[in-house]
Amino acid sequence: MIYVLGLATALVLLWLGMSGVFEPLVLGLGVVSVIIAIALAIRLDLKDRESSPYHRIFAFLLYTPYLIGEIVKANITVLKAIMSPELDIEPSLVKVKSTCRSDLAKVIFANSITLTPGTVTLRVDDDIMLVHGLYEADAQPEAFEEMDRRSSLAGDGPSTRKGKA
Amino acid sequence: MTEVLDTVIAAVLSEGWRHWVGSILCLIGAVSTVIAAVGVLRFPDFYTRLHAASVTDTLGALTLLAGMALLAPGIFIVIKMILIGLFLVLTGPTSAHAIANAAYTAGLEPLIGKFRDLKDEDEGESENG
Repeated sequence: MIYVLGLATALVLLWLGMSGVFEPLVLGLGVVSVIIAIALAIRLDLKDRESSPYHRIFAFLLYTPYLIGEIVKANITVLKAIMSPELDIEPSLVKVKSTCRSDLAKVIFANSITLTPGTVTLRVDDDIMLVHGLYEADAQPEAFEEMDRRSSLAGDGPSTRKGKA
Repeated sequence: MTEVLDTVIAAVLSEGWRHWVGSILCLIGAVSTVIAAVGVLRFPDFYTRLHAASVTDTLGALTLLAGMALLAPGIFIVIKMILIGLFLVLTGPTSAHAIANAAYTAGLEPLIGKFRDLKDEDEGESENG
């Protein structure tokens, strides 16, 4: 039930933010749309903990500034690599072990790796991620430890994290 | 309701710096997108080109969106920009991972190791293909 309420809140905010019109007719259409969307979500059985991770939203917000910093740093590295007169790259494949427990945290970790330019997650097998990096020095497993720690904090929360998985 | 929000936003951000910062962010986004396009053409194999393309996904698109949000006339445009950025951040890496995973599963071997001369890689690529 709490997830249905969370979904309803998100849909109402989305409607108001996207439309920006506060006339009775448009608001009524919005209410009808929200009810139809919720009915569909219930019928499709999408109202569980995994598909509506609203309880983690503050952890995500805390994770965002760190991620933006990493993205900017990685972007500068890749732009330098592109603009250097001699092509001086050193692609490599590395296996990164993740300490994330839930699927949500693993998705956050793998997507963060892919989102930072210069590293792409090729494959995820349980907690081993195969990462392709543009520079061998930047794509060492130690380089991802900080990101792993933070994404498991964002996805799992501090309570479920008990040492190495 | 909308007027109140607009006046609040306008009061906070009425100075000229909004225009300047927005323009500079748009410029950074445009330039980095062009550089990324050069990188897509310049890098030797599929996976390294993917790295160059992901620059457009992140720095290019996000700075352009931030710049446009700063130049936007009303709060509801800003909300739409934020939502577009959110969807880009969620879908960009997912599709990049899908492409990379498909290539890896299909057996495309990434080039590994240092290289400095473009000619060598061209030969290596033709041997693979």
